[in-house]
Amino acid sequence: MKRTGREPEICAFFNGLKFIMSLQLNAHDRSLLNGGEGAAAAFAMEILVAFAEAVGAGTLLDVSRAHIDGCLYHGQASLDFVERLVASGGRVRIPTTLNVGALDLIHPELMLMGADAQTPPRRLMKAHEELGCQPSFTCAPYQTLFRPSFGEQIAWGESNAIVFANSVIGARTNRYGDFIDLCCAITGRAPAWGLHLDENRHGDILFRLTGFADWLQPTDSLYVAIGLLIGARSGEHVPVIDGLPPPRDEDQLKALGAAAASSGAVGLFHAVGITPEAPTLADAFGHRAPAQTIEIGPDDVADALRHLSTVPDGSPLDAVCLGTPHFSREEWDRFLPILRQIAPRTGVPIYVNTGRATLRALEKDDLLRGTDAFNLVVVADTCTYLTAILKRLDGVVMTNSGKWAHYAPGNLGVQVAFGEMEDCVASAAAGRVVRATQ
Amino acid sequence: MTRLGKAYAGGEARAAAIVLSEPLSFWGGIDIETGEIIDRSHPDLGKCVAGRILVMPGGRGSSSSSTVLAETIRRGTGPAGIVLARPDPILTVGAIVAQSLYALHCPIVVCAIDGITTGDQVRISPASSGAALIEVVSGSTTG
Repeated sequence: MKRTGREPEICAFFNGLKFIMSLQLNAHDRSLLNGGEGAAAAFAMEILVAFAEAVGAGTLLDVSRAHIDGCLYHGQASLDFVERLVASGGRVRIPTTLNVGALDLIHPELMLMGADAQTPPRRLMKAHEELGCQPSFTCAPYQTLFRPSFGEQIAWGESNAIVFANSVIGARTNRYGDFIDLCCAITGRAPAWGLHLDENRHGDILFRLTGFADWLQPTDSLYVAIGLLIGARSGEHVPVIDGLPPPRDEDQLKALGAAAASSGAVGLFHAVGITPEAPTLADAFGHRAPAQTIEIGPDDVADALRHLSTVPDGSPLDAVCLGTPHFSREEWDRFLPILRQIAPRTGVPIYVNTGRATLRALEKDDLLRGTDAFNLVVVADTCTYLTAILKRLDGVVMTNSGKWAHYAPGNLGVQVAFGEMEDCVASAAAGRVVRATQ
Repeated sequence: MTRLGKAYAGGEARAAAIVLSEPLSFWGGIDIETGEIIDRSHPDLGKCVAGRILVMPGGRGSSSSSTVLAETIRRGTGPAGIVLARPDPILTVGAIVAQSLYALHCPIVVCAIDGITTGDQVRISPASSGAALIEVVSGSTTG
């Protein structure tokens, strides 16, 4: 179907209703669409226009960064799409980072895949680089030099990155994904709708933490549990959390957002007094009343965490997986002293996913020296729940990630135990699931 | 029965309808190799959308459904066309991409879906100005 730039027009009538083709394109958009800036841009613009019409956007707007979720191989169509852009001379128009691929290109020896099976996913990652994307291969682009700023309009894919950018930074993106994130990067445009616009960024549902008395410690587990609970009950609405203790660092908010985007479809949350668009409860709701108020108590938190583990404590352990989303430098700085102190020597591998830029900095500072004695396995460019890296899938894996615990049983078929980072390392040392912290 | 709808992805299609009572996520919901519904929580688990006119209230779930729809169209295991009660940007993108890459058309039309039942013969054809005509003939087959 060929599309041309056109004025609004009445398209069809049915059941007495008028359909208006409401999308208005400016001169630059029309030039992109009509091939004035190359075949690749026209191809991307054609898809972007169809998408914008389907979401009911009135116009497109400029975006200044993109993060592309399309370098994880799902099938031949993934590759054909990017190859079409490469062959027609496509280049991204804005700074663009890449999400994880299916391969660890830094540690190819970790991949438990035949050489033939690795060819298309490797080409998919490389083809994105040929379009001018940064080979970041991380799900935490907000930890890189390409972190957006407050209020910046961006087009990001990857659910945890989206919710982090919107909520913790206050940048503005919708939940972009397959094909469209790259079309935004190639054109520098995105549909003006949803979370790009002020009026859609206010809270809808209030989640109030109550009954925690004084024991509400900012443990990592608490943030994961709150994320799971708000995700499961928010639908497409914007949740507001009142009563969340101040986090130790932004990694706890990263874990909360990742969990909320796993158990549900949250693209933006506000935490009163913590996140930038919610200095007060009234600000979080845009001075309107919440449509709904839901109370979260200690029992809800305990239940949510209990449901993350599929095996009882004491179960024999095959592996530990940390770093979903990718470990930040701050997480490494917490983890490495714990690893050295507990010094597990049972042979249980401890996989830690991290971005290649973070890994380079660790190596530069020589912080990983001697850690292979404790079976530390650093994974870059990908993630252990997505691809063939774990050697054993018939046993129990322990993680401190709500996201990993949510997806891995379905993706990999493993059993999962969820716990704090310290408990994961202690369990590796014990060879079974143990908990010191509670 | 004839209806006019809005075409989100263009093209012609003619096939028997499969009508789902609930939205379906293609990612995690469809077997790419067969077009069979594999989402265990979906009431139409086990039915097959390949070569049919898929009729449902809307899409659902992950944006990876765009790739899955495009990939099923490429393999010939996808629906012949899709009729939705409300627009779905994720499925629209999948159909448009398949059309651009492979010149394979899976028209996506939004219109009222009441009165269409599984097994009806449905024909989707382009009308003027971004509209599509949906003709429904009561089917003799069931499915």
